[in-house]
Amino acid sequence: MSDAAQKPRSFQEIILALQSYWARQGCAILQPYDMEVGAGTFHPATTLRSLGTQPWAAAYVQPSRRPTDGRYGENPNRLQHYYQYQVLIKPSPPNLQELYLGSLEAIGIDMALHDIRFVEDDWESPTLGAWGLGWEVWCDGMEVSQFTYFQQVGGHDCHPVSGELTYGLERLAMYVLGVDHVMDMPFNSPNAPIPLTYGDVFKQTEEEFARWNFDTANTEVLLDQFNEAEAHCQFILEQPAEDPKTGKRIVMAHPAYDQCIKASHIFNLLDARGVISVTERQAYIGRVRALAKQCADAFVQTRAGGWTPDAESAA
Amino acid sequence: MPDLLIELFSEEIPARMQKRAGEDLQKLVTNGLVEAGLTYGSAAVFTTPRRLTLALGDMLAASPRQVEERKGPKADAPEKAIEGFLRGAGLTRDQLEERDTPKGKILFAKIEKPGRPAAEIVAEVLEQTIRNFPWPKSMRWGTGSLKWVRPLHSILCVISDEAGAEVVPLTIDGIAAGNTTRGHRFLAPAEIEVSGFEDYQDKLSRAFVVLDPAARADTIWHDATNMAFAAGLEVVEDAGLLAEVAGLVEYPVVLMGRIGEDFLGLPPEVLQTSMKEHQKFFSVRNPKSGQIERFVTVANRTTADEGATILTGNEKVLGARLSDAKFFWDNDLRTVTSGAGMETWVKALENVTFHNKLGTQAELIDRMATLSRELAPLVGADADEAEQAARVAKADLSSEMVYEFPELQGLMGSYYARKAGMSDAVADAAKDHYAPLGPSDDVPTAPVSIAVALAEKIDKLTGFWAIDEKPTGSKDPFALRRAALGVIRILLENDVSLSLNDVLGQSAEIVGDRDAGRADIADIRGFIHDRLKVYLRDLGIRHDVIDACIAMDGSEDLTLLVKRARALSETLKTDDGENLIQGFKRANNILSQAEEADGVEYSFGADPKFAETDAEKDLFAALDKAEAKITSAMAAQDFSTAMAAMAELRGPIDAFFEAVQVNADNPTVRRNRLNLLSRIRTICSAVADLTKLDG
Repeated sequence: MSDAAQKPRSFQEIILALQSYWARQGCAILQPYDMEVGAGTFHPATTLRSLGTQPWAAAYVQPSRRPTDGRYGENPNRLQHYYQYQVLIKPSPPNLQELYLGSLEAIGIDMALHDIRFVEDDWESPTLGAWGLGWEVWCDGMEVSQFTYFQQVGGHDCHPVSGELTYGLERLAMYVLGVDHVMDMPFNSPNAPIPLTYGDVFKQTEEEFARWNFDTANTEVLLDQFNEAEAHCQFILEQPAEDPKTGKRIVMAHPAYDQCIKASHIFNLLDARGVISVTERQAYIGRVRALAKQCADAFVQTRAGGWTPDAESAA
Repeated sequence: MPDLLIELFSEEIPARMQKRAGEDLQKLVTNGLVEAGLTYGSAAVFTTPRRLTLALGDMLAASPRQVEERKGPKADAPEKAIEGFLRGAGLTRDQLEERDTPKGKILFAKIEKPGRPAAEIVAEVLEQTIRNFPWPKSMRWGTGSLKWVRPLHSILCVISDEAGAEVVPLTIDGIAAGNTTRGHRFLAPAEIEVSGFEDYQDKLSRAFVVLDPAARADTIWHDATNMAFAAGLEVVEDAGLLAEVAGLVEYPVVLMGRIGEDFLGLPPEVLQTSMKEHQKFFSVRNPKSGQIERFVTVANRTTADEGATILTGNEKVLGARLSDAKFFWDNDLRTVTSGAGMETWVKALENVTFHNKLGTQAELIDRMATLSRELAPLVGADADEAEQAARVAKADLSSEMVYEFPELQGLMGSYYARKAGMSDAVADAAKDHYAPLGPSDDVPTAPVSIAVALAEKIDKLTGFWAIDEKPTGSKDPFALRRAALGVIRILLENDVSLSLNDVLGQSAEIVGDRDAGRADIADIRGFIHDRLKVYLRDLGIRHDVIDACIAMDGSEDLTLLVKRARALSETLKTDDGENLIQGFKRANNILSQAEEADGVEYSFGADPKFAETDAEKDLFAALDKAEAKITSAMAAQDFSTAMAAMAELRGPIDAFFEAVQVNADNPTVRRNRLNLLSRIRTICSAVADLTKLDG
């Protein structure tokens, strides 16, 4: 294949290779969302854009935070802050598997020497009220990506269906680069005037955030913030569709969804602080899901979400 | 006669669904064809991760012509009636046949339905099959509305005979059936044209696809065992894993790899679980030491470096997994070998909710400990040991290993309990007390384990009953049916005699008043009896037999109840037994009717001196004999002897009814005979409530 690349030497080369590969496949290369999220799926470019009838093709890196996974930068494979690479194409093209395999070649995985497998893994996000069917993709026994055909998001059936690809960048890069401890992985070129490892960039923050996530984050403040984000989200969605100032129809799905993202991340922090009991956990997840559903309901009432005045009057 | 080949080619089908999908494809297609009159000689079905294939041999080329005969009006019927008949049959007057019948000349119509070509029928049936396929979970993709397990890419549907192959014309949601497929995703991805099943199988095999899952499994097992044998080792058998792995590859290539030295000291179950669950590896054991030393993985392809890169990758992934496991194991051992032993973990369970209406895991443990103590003497366990075992049985839920590998709960507990210096009986109970988890799972047999396992399940039943969370319909979120079946199997398989009423009562007392007040013991016992019926039905004992025994005193002792039911079931299989029941029912019916008519109960006073016939006298004698035997046998809980004695009454009872009219004219004789029937009822009813039996 023409995409067969020479072996990358650093973390960032792998990211750049993915960016240019998916750009060549016609995706809009977006930038990370500017909020704390637990996974690339939370980016509105995936969650909201998978809804409605408008075609979509986007790829982006998304810094993701999982406070409970923090290990003070000591565990070779676990981080509380890591990167996901996310691709969403709607409708899912018939050759999505081939496109995906092309991306592995693009980052230097030689298909002729490796064993690639699609192993059943159904995806479900209780907080987003979303599910899909697909696989985890294995390369020589290692999970390198999640591959999902979205069936439902925010309680809405996806029509058309989006194909979603999620790569765990650190893990994938460690494999490609042959590195055993994430902190030893070259971030930029090892031949650069100032070569930096992943540890040079993130060891400090992993330590600081692990302490903060586990022991310092003020749970009372967080609980208040959760309630505020929830109330704020609902307040935004309660506003009439017509903006009184401009007289235009402006449904504020995205501002409301920002509050939903906020609530979700605060919940993760509370979880890491160990103050949420098993039964409360379900209740919190249910509250975030309710917000996500309302945001999804709002998004399909926007033009980007497929709303048209004709459809309105026809109904 | 022509052959039919169907292949449904899709993106990767989950391994666990393939077998069933193959069976469903065969069933749906062949049922549809046969229903439409298209019979066939042979059927074979194959599955791989990417395809479902059905091959039918010797199928009819067309469905047979059918002739239907319709009877019409009389030949001299009014014109209107005849016209109507002709319209309905689609014929003209001269096509009708006149036949002489006893009722005069009648018109008959022969309506011919022409046969339909196979291709037409196959197209219809296959479309129905694809649109209504019973996947456990299915999905849409792209802009389409068709549902399949994963995106369906192509349909191969060919009818072939000596003359050649014909593609069945069929298009479903834009996918047109054709005569092409593809080979292995990586080794032979090009399109392949096929003319029939043999051609298909040959070409696929050259395109690195082993079509038959059994052949793939055989190759895997054969190569794996050979490879292990050559290294002086053996592969740990795992039929489920073998079937799963055979469903993950189209072209299996077996590779054996090493486990890092650092990890060889981990418990074998940890190695096995980690390798199986996460990596789908087979464990390879040293037969001398019993230690797991290597693994077997199955790749989906050959490579120029003979799998070296693949194996290195797999070893590396495993290393990362196992270093996690070793980290947990080391941390856990540090905890249990410190002064506090497992207490730290039990204490930590005070913060873990079991169920919000039933308290924390720590409270559950307290209840189990109290109940285990009560149960201990009934199952031959030491009370202190049973209580201690219950206290530590769930401690491992706080361990790091079980947090990471929940499926190792209990098992890790027993390792840790031993390391913490507890007795083998206590340690084993940690491992055994969840059992039996499935219908084929072994039940615990050691007394301490039995006590804790029973306590765990009985507490669950009384607890969830006390908060009114009983199973309803198909909903059983807390697996209470499984708990009840567990109680049943533990008691029966260990031949434990105890009163369910007493034990449930103690447990209900321990659980105390909850949302729904105190657990209703009679209701739980009924629930357990219902599960028992299902369980015994699977062992071939009829539900009415169980009902007949449940109605008797002592049915709260399940072991006794089942002994009675087995004996009755055996008796009913004999000729004497079956006929005795008829005799008993006849006696009971006559008696009940007479009692109702006369308004009295005929219960005693039968006297041989009023006996008029030999048959009557013989019955008196037989009843005396049976009664003595049954009484002593029942006292010894020897149900077989009691029932055999009962069955011996068949002859005398049959002879009695043969010879004697119960409702005799002489009132004294009649009363005496009714009282005699009452003895039959009384004696037989000591054995089981025979009125509950069917038929």
